[in-house]
Amino acid sequence: MTGYIVRRILYAIPILIGVNLLTFALFFVVNTPDDMARIHLGVKHVTPQAIAKWKREHGYDKPLLLNPGRRGLERFTDTIFYEKSVGMFAFRFGRSDDGRDIGYDIRTRMGPSLAIAVPVFMLGLLVNVSFALLMVFFRGTYLDFWGVVLCVALMSISGLFYIIAGQYLFSKLWHLVPISGFAGGLSAFKFVILPIAIGVVSGIGSGARWYRTIFLEEAGKDYVRTARAKGLSEPRVLFRHVLANAMIPILTGSVVVIPLLFMGSLITESFFGIPGLGSYTIDAINAQDFAIVRAMVFLGSVLYIIGLVLTDISYTLVDPRVRLE
Amino acid sequence: MADGGHLLQVERLRTWLASGDAVVRAVDGVSFSLEQNQTFALLGESGCGKSMTALSLMRLLPENGRIVSGSVRLHGQDLTALPEVAMRGVRGRQIGMIFQEPMLSLNPVMPVGEQIAEVLHRHGPVEGRRAVRGRVAELLRAVGIPDAAHRFDAYPFQLSGGMKQRVMIAMSLAGKPDLLIADEPTTALDVTIQAQVLQLMRDLQAASGMSILLITHDLGVVAEMAHRVAVMYAGEIVELADRERFFGAPFHPYSRKLFAALPGWGKRTQKLEVIGGSVPSLTGTFRGCRFAPRCDLVWGLCHEAVPPWREVSPGQWARCHLTEGRRAAPAVAPAGLREAAPVPVAAAGEALLRVEDLRVHFPVHKGVFKRVAALVKAVDGVSLSIQRGRTLALVGESGCGKTTVAKGILQLIRPSGGRVYFAGTELTTLKRSTLRRRRGEFQFIFQDPYASLNPRMPIADIIEEGMVALGVGASKEERHRRIDDILAQVGLSAEARQRYPHEFSGGQRQRVAIARALAVGPKLIICDEPTSALDVSVQAQILNLLKRLQDELGLTYLFITHNLSVVEYLAHDVAVMYLGRIVEQGSAPEVLGRPAHPYTRALLSAVPVIERAAGRPVMRLQGDPPSPLAPPPGCHFHPRCPEALPICSGTEPPLVQISPTHGTRCHLHGPGIS
Amino acid sequence: MMPFKPVLLWTDLLIFLLFAGVAAFALYVRRHEHLAASWRRVVRDPAGMAALVVLVAYVAIGLMDSVHFRLPLANHGGETGRYYSAEVLSLLDVVASPLREHVEKTYSAPFATHLYAKEAIVLPDGRRIRGYPRLKYGGAQLAHPERERGPDILYTALAAAGKAALLWALLGYGLVQWLARRQRRSAAAVWAAMWRGGGEIPWRSLLATLGAILLLVFLAIGLGPKYHVLGTDKVGQDVFYQALKSIRTGLVIGTLTTLVMLPFALLLGIMAGYLRGWADDVIQYIYTTLNSIPSVLLIAAAVLIMQVYIESNPDLFDTVAARADIRLLFLCIILGVTSWTGLCRLLRGEALKLRELDYVQAAQAFGVGHWRIISRHILPNVMHIVLISVVMDFSGLVLAEAVLSYVGVGVDPSTQSWGNMINSARLEMAREPMVWWSLLAAFVFMFGLVLAANVFADVVRDAFDPHAEARRIPSAVLSRLFGRRPDGESHG
Repeated sequence: MTGYIVRRILYAIPILIGVNLLTFALFFVVNTPDDMARIHLGVKHVTPQAIAKWKREHGYDKPLLLNPGRRGLERFTDTIFYEKSVGMFAFRFGRSDDGRDIGYDIRTRMGPSLAIAVPVFMLGLLVNVSFALLMVFFRGTYLDFWGVVLCVALMSISGLFYIIAGQYLFSKLWHLVPISGFAGGLSAFKFVILPIAIGVVSGIGSGARWYRTIFLEEAGKDYVRTARAKGLSEPRVLFRHVLANAMIPILTGSVVVIPLLFMGSLITESFFGIPGLGSYTIDAINAQDFAIVRAMVFLGSVLYIIGLVLTDISYTLVDPRVRLE
Repeated sequence: MADGGHLLQVERLRTWLASGDAVVRAVDGVSFSLEQNQTFALLGESGCGKSMTALSLMRLLPENGRIVSGSVRLHGQDLTALPEVAMRGVRGRQIGMIFQEPMLSLNPVMPVGEQIAEVLHRHGPVEGRRAVRGRVAELLRAVGIPDAAHRFDAYPFQLSGGMKQRVMIAMSLAGKPDLLIADEPTTALDVTIQAQVLQLMRDLQAASGMSILLITHDLGVVAEMAHRVAVMYAGEIVELADRERFFGAPFHPYSRKLFAALPGWGKRTQKLEVIGGSVPSLTGTFRGCRFAPRCDLVWGLCHEAVPPWREVSPGQWARCHLTEGRRAAPAVAPAGLREAAPVPVAAAGEALLRVEDLRVHFPVHKGVFKRVAALVKAVDGVSLSIQRGRTLALVGESGCGKTTVAKGILQLIRPSGGRVYFAGTELTTLKRSTLRRRRGEFQFIFQDPYASLNPRMPIADIIEEGMVALGVGASKEERHRRIDDILAQVGLSAEARQRYPHEFSGGQRQRVAIARALAVGPKLIICDEPTSALDVSVQAQILNLLKRLQDELGLTYLFITHNLSVVEYLAHDVAVMYLGRIVEQGSAPEVLGRPAHPYTRALLSAVPVIERAAGRPVMRLQGDPPSPLAPPPGCHFHPRCPEALPICSGTEPPLVQISPTHGTRCHLHGPGIS
Repeated sequence: MMPFKPVLLWTDLLIFLLFAGVAAFALYVRRHEHLAASWRRVVRDPAGMAALVVLVAYVAIGLMDSVHFRLPLANHGGETGRYYSAEVLSLLDVVASPLREHVEKTYSAPFATHLYAKEAIVLPDGRRIRGYPRLKYGGAQLAHPERERGPDILYTALAAAGKAALLWALLGYGLVQWLARRQRRSAAAVWAAMWRGGGEIPWRSLLATLGAILLLVFLAIGLGPKYHVLGTDKVGQDVFYQALKSIRTGLVIGTLTTLVMLPFALLLGIMAGYLRGWADDVIQYIYTTLNSIPSVLLIAAAVLIMQVYIESNPDLFDTVAARADIRLLFLCIILGVTSWTGLCRLLRGEALKLRELDYVQAAQAFGVGHWRIISRHILPNVMHIVLISVVMDFSGLVLAEAVLSYVGVGVDPSTQSWGNMINSARLEMAREPMVWWSLLAAFVFMFGLVLAANVFADVVRDAFDPHAEARRIPSAVLSRLFGRRPDGESHG
């Protein structure tokens, strides 16, 4: 187990370097620091001096990948790539292009993001699995048939529709919850309840149908027939045997996203004015603040890799055949 | 034959399956009855409806199946009329069932003890955790699982195939059922393990007095287990009789064909009997006898009227129009080993293939940097040679490395050590390009004809591929002419060329696979269990074909198999393999007639035979073959060997020549002992 | 001289290539029995066929919208040569020119005759009042819209429905006659079988769907020129026209995205699984790296950079349409880059399995080379996975377009798309009373396409996935077969 985790961490390093190189290439090679300075300074103030000043202030006044003016290791370390990337590995994200501390922003915005993403994830899993089990229990009947039809219809509706219709009905028409905004503490409840409900509902279609497929696949296996041959009741067969085995593929899909919950949901947060990391990212994209986008890309990659490791570890919990070596 | 005293009485049972838009009448009017403490065998080839019959009794049919009529009475109570809830009380409590694939039939993520305990919780009077655990351990002990008390928490993947089947048996016995349905319980197991499991079932029956409904395709298993036998064909029972009567004088032409198609020592010089044609489609109704199109003794009435179910001799019933007068063909007497026909003495020809000290080791990676932590010695020093035009059978149980030997010889896996001389050329050191040019001379026939043909290619392309790769045939026309010739040679019509594999039956596919190998003009063909996926009657066709091709083309075969009757029928020489090493080799009469190694003897005695030759000692092996990852030191066989000496656990036995052609690796034959 | 100048946009080219490819594939399948067998299962499925008819309708509109040209400008003052308008039009624009040209001043509700916003109106007598002015085109033919509008709509709709019914009946009659001749049965028998829903091909559901589509088409033809059936947007453009134009964008994103990256996914996935070793390590590294970047961020970054590039090289694109088009294509590519990894991983797993299969080993025993084994043994046996994944991805991509346009990294603002419609309408959500028709039109059109695609994808997956056989519940077949318990007739 320890050996496995050490290996995974070692394996993560080249991937993170790759991610950094890729984002670096996207942001700096195609879009040079001079271009960035011009965008940020606005059309009126573009003078060579202003550009140089902006670059110096934001740490973009060095060569990109290789510094021919230096010797030895400094040829590589005294560059924008090194300076902007290495800090990331220590989770020092530096300052955004308009001077804010990105690390601080991330820490304060994580809470609201989690307040929505975690309940959506947990409730969604619960609702989807229950709905799928219900359909499988009644498989071959009209309940199953119309359940699948409902799922296909639900998953054919755009996620934006759920949000807009939800806001219209619950906030505008019935005035049950505020349309948008956020507050700390317990009063957060009235702000997050609608986004959570919408998040769960919009996921039912594809989620429940996918789990139903997994359950049906398991239900067709030989050991299920053995369980029935023992005289077990159908719910017991379903819960003790089918569900336990179906957990393996379900975990592949679910556990990997758990760390990414930190990143929040772009659309939901921006629609409901939740000050989380999702809306932070969207604002950064719209403001073309590359420092923030780069930080979020890096954070996302780290969380994704953590998700992969967690997935592997969770396998050992549900599948006795898996041993991490 | 109905009276109130039967344990189980099945009357005109019909089970239909929906398949696409058609209905398959898988079980079409089956009636039989079963007494207390009796083993009743339902014998038949694949697709005859025997498994569907068993599942119908349990009402565990797949979702596309329905019992459409008939009754199943257990202690006089009709199971087909029970509500599902009541039926659950019957399953596991009154009828226990074990299935063919123990690997798939146990829940992989639940400890085996808990799976057994489920039955106790559901049906049993056992209360309390401790009592349940005690009872489970008792059951595990009863089915011969060593260290039973500690196996409660073991997961299925930690047990061998034989152990899993024992767990299945323990599970099915936990509710103390009156009837045990065993659906091909030993088909997936090795022959020495099969012998153990069959013995266990006999012992348990003797102890508990339960009845067994045994479903099998293996006449040998029937002969060893059954009190009464029913033969099924195309959804019907065609013959039903006591064991003695059935094996003494089978009545129905189909039953007799089954006997005649069995390979064996006594038939070496003759062609095996085959059943022409194929099983009829079960989607429609029949006007006459279902077997009529394939029957040698068919006459007018067979096509016109459904044959009646009648008692042809006391205690023997059959569904056949034949009268005694028309049954002119003599009943085939099963032949034992003793009446063996003489085998030509090994011609002192030149060896076409000579393998010296072949080793194939697979590394096992471990740790942070995936360094090689261990070696699986799949093949560990195998030497053998085959002379031109002869057949060497390489015999061994699953996992002993016999297929790896074949792939090592063909250089599909590059060996870790040793040499392979083919017609004088050393293959292991050949350059890739040189090797590629010579590949036509040694070819391979696979076990599973369903996996060995690309489903997306027509037959002509499949055969032509190797010819193109090896430059056989100068032009397309020439190649196509040759393909037609070869298809005719293996008994397929030229129309087969443009068809796809799924349009053919298993036997026909295996013919295509043989044609593909023949097309490049090989000298040596390695056959890896080419008939183990086929029914007996189809196996006979393929064995006949292989034998004819050897006579006509002078082919040399390396025949890999676990089926000793096939070896008896086909092989000139035999090599017996155990855990990566050859333990005995020699000419077929020597190895099969006077086996020197205890393992060979155990193997021979484990095969269920129809008539056990008098005086042949029964030798049952205990335990499972050890893992090739950690083979026992010294002689690999010593932990299971009933005659092991102290030296066996320390030193690897050297090769001892018993005769110029017969050698073994066993300390019992060492210079100091014999 | 040509009356117009054809314009071939990049996406047009790819769409036509794709269309030709699909047609060639269909011909190929017809000639190969084992491939046709799976497709026959698709064709026999009533829901699948109904979905296919809907998809064909969408595709027809999309294809019409992909034939682009520039019309000549009127010659002024004896100039020599011809000048073409900078505006690129499509066949759809010409067909729907009333919709395109009927531009009002600003918002108007569906079937409205007056604007949605109050304005200062100068009455004929010179007085100025504040009120809702009449629309320039919507219901302009009516003298007294308050009284005449209802009956006029009803009358037009009924006339359209009548025409649709007539055409539908004609088509149905022709079909029955044709089938009767082909099957050598009486027309009545064919009709009866069709009505019961029996037979090889589910003609009943095909005809029903066709009828519904014909009705919608004729309603659009009848009502479209007279009214704004789905209202107008802020700048007075017909919303129905916008929704129609958005179809092409949705289709392009749904199809080209997967197809652009398909060769890479195929090649890399199969190579990783078949060759293993270092090739596997490198390819796995590539897709794990790509996968670990949150896809929205990767798309956002790439699109932003594309935007910068386009803005700094304006001379590369001669028309607005060409510029919007290249951005659309680029969006497809970048969406493809983020989505090919899933397919690649699937293919790698399948290739790993296939390479151990006996028929691959047999080919190796003949010394067949790696590329030949990949092309003849591996590739044909993974194509069902590719097909399933392409049809399954389609609907997800159509939905993704809307979200991306909302985030601001979707298609060019000048490209008509459902995402852009939603995005611009969203800004008016706070308005009282709400402007709902743009949103609804976009959602309904999107829903129709995505639902049809999802249903069709389901049917395709069930027909091609070898594991699906076990999942499928043959309840319909079962009830048909076992509905009646057979009586005791027996023959044995």
